[in-house]
Amino acid sequence: MNAAIATASHNLAQVLDHPGIWRRSADRQPRVRALSTGWTSLDTRLPGGGWPQGAVSEILFEHDGLGELDLVMPALAALTQEHRRVIFVAPPYQPYAPALAAAGVDLRFLHEIHAGSTEAAWSMEQCLRSGCCGAVVGWLPDIDYRSLRRLQLAAESGDACAMVFRSAEHAAQNSPAALRIKVSNSDEATYVDVLKSRGLLTTTAPLLRMRA
Amino acid sequence: MLWACLRFPGLAFSAAFAAAPEAGPSALLDSHARQRLIATVNDEARAHGIRRGQSVAAARALCPALEVRPRDRDAEKRLLSELAAWCYQFSGHVSLVPPNALLMEVGASLRLFDGWPVLVERVTAGLHAQGHPHTLAATPFASASWVFAATADGMVIPAREGVIRMLGALPLSQSGLPTTAVTALHAMGFRRLDDVFRLPRPELTRRIGRAGVNWLDRIRGQASDALPAWQPPASFQQKIEFDAELDGSQPLLFPLRRLTRALANLLAARDGGVQRFTLTLEHARGESTRIGVAMAAPQRDAERLFELARTRLERTTLPAPARSIELHADELPVFRPPVRDLFEPIRGDGLDWPTLDERLRARLGDAALRQLTVVNDHRPERASRYGAPTATVSLPRGRRPLWLLPRPLPMRPDPVAVLAGPERIESGWWDGGDARRDYYIVKTVHGQQAWAYLPPGMLDGWMLHGWFA
Repeated sequence: MNAAIATASHNLAQVLDHPGIWRRSADRQPRVRALSTGWTSLDTRLPGGGWPQGAVSEILFEHDGLGELDLVMPALAALTQEHRRVIFVAPPYQPYAPALAAAGVDLRFLHEIHAGSTEAAWSMEQCLRSGCCGAVVGWLPDIDYRSLRRLQLAAESGDACAMVFRSAEHAAQNSPAALRIKVSNSDEATYVDVLKSRGLLTTTAPLLRMRA
Repeated sequence: MLWACLRFPGLAFSAAFAAAPEAGPSALLDSHARQRLIATVNDEARAHGIRRGQSVAAARALCPALEVRPRDRDAEKRLLSELAAWCYQFSGHVSLVPPNALLMEVGASLRLFDGWPVLVERVTAGLHAQGHPHTLAATPFASASWVFAATADGMVIPAREGVIRMLGALPLSQSGLPTTAVTALHAMGFRRLDDVFRLPRPELTRRIGRAGVNWLDRIRGQASDALPAWQPPASFQQKIEFDAELDGSQPLLFPLRRLTRALANLLAARDGGVQRFTLTLEHARGESTRIGVAMAAPQRDAERLFELARTRLERTTLPAPARSIELHADELPVFRPPVRDLFEPIRGDGLDWPTLDERLRARLGDAALRQLTVVNDHRPERASRYGAPTATVSLPRGRRPLWLLPRPLPMRPDPVAVLAGPERIESGWWDGGDARRDYYIVKTVHGQQAWAYLPPGMLDGWMLHGWFA
């Protein structure tokens, strides 16, 4: 009898070991491949410990200059130092080379694509799908659900990290992105709020104070 | 030795109608003839009863819609050597037989192509895709192949005895002998080559001349053929002139496809690639538009070359309708196929950066792809420049914003707090771009961090220059 139970539980353990099965428990982190954000406090709140790879991360920000780009800079700098390409698609201002270099970016592996809104989504998809870019960062203010979904599929097929910057107005809308982060300001500090994260059941992750 | 002969009966048509595909009944005029007589007709014209040797007026009476053009012998020659370039991939010895045939020695390459049936299939499929109707035959003797290509399409005779037997059964009119010799032999009562082969040689020489006998020897393999081997040229230049002016880029695509395919054929023959080529479109009054097409790495694929040229052409606004299109490629560097590690995982489309770069540039234009570089200048707007990144120079000591505004803007409302500063920047008195500013890191009402400056000694008049995004 006991032996039968032991065999059964052994079999169960084998089944549960299968990588396709995810058990929610405190000691087991879900298997998400991620790129460290470089911000320890943020890494601990994200499944896999960083920006998910082969997926779209959406960064919703209220205003320019809240530190929204600072959030992704360490990860991008690390990629360029590994000689992997980072593409900026349709940035709203001129990326300032001295500040990028100071953040540790190897400028030889940073490219900027200057494009209109439809061309921007197309270029971003091409870059993601190609498989030769580490991360593709796009400023796509009026991208719709369908195009985001396309980007998500392209990121999966090219195993690249996609980051889409949009206005915080879109926070209420549905999105296929694997990770959604909102950067906002109140009480004299910038707050980073995880709105949605694949592999994390709670969507109300605690706020993270930056630039207090 | 096995000589394959390819005959292109429609070559004269393809050459004369290179700018636009012939549609409807068409005919070619012999340019050498004193009278304007029809030299060749296509099937549709033949259905209207138009025959070789008719006068143009008679032909027009039969079919008013008939399109008549003079033969373009230069274009035919060019087209034939273009086809030779393509055939060069199957054989190391290709020879031109003007006006419309090619000979290639395939005996040596049969093993490589898995035998005759496979080789024929590839040749036929390739020529079909390029739109060249053809007939072919192969025998050990070049001249015999030429004869059979016209009379027995698809025939292969590997042994000499078979060739002699098949030749013997041919009527004299198809033997390739000069017309005078054929007429003379007909008058003597001979009908087939068999009858002629049996005649004693001195008698035959007296009646049809040395050239005729020599020809009979050559088709039977008793005399050798002198076949100069075709050599691929070192550069490519080809031009197609239109009958009417073509407006817009759409009608230009057909001739463009012809040109890129011809270029790809030459590249295959040379085992080379092309890295840049020029398209020249001529307009009225001597104006012309030049479109440069450059690639990151040498290419040789016909489809790819066409796609690249097409995207460039479609992005160009033509000032006037075009009269001709020319493709010119000077340098044909050695083609090196991309080397990939056997165990390297292929992600996504598995493109490398140069290919992606090329694809983006083709659609967005060269100016859309940029890189940044740091310049050693104290003036913030000059410290960052679009261009090839160079080795990092010394960076400014102060904190710099990630976003720089294209030009400073007056800041409204005024900042609520100063977080750092001032940092005095004073530079450029020597080149006229004089700048004297006190920079501060400030906070706005919305909690944004901004990089703003004041003129030295002033307390208002904030100018916003960047965001600490």
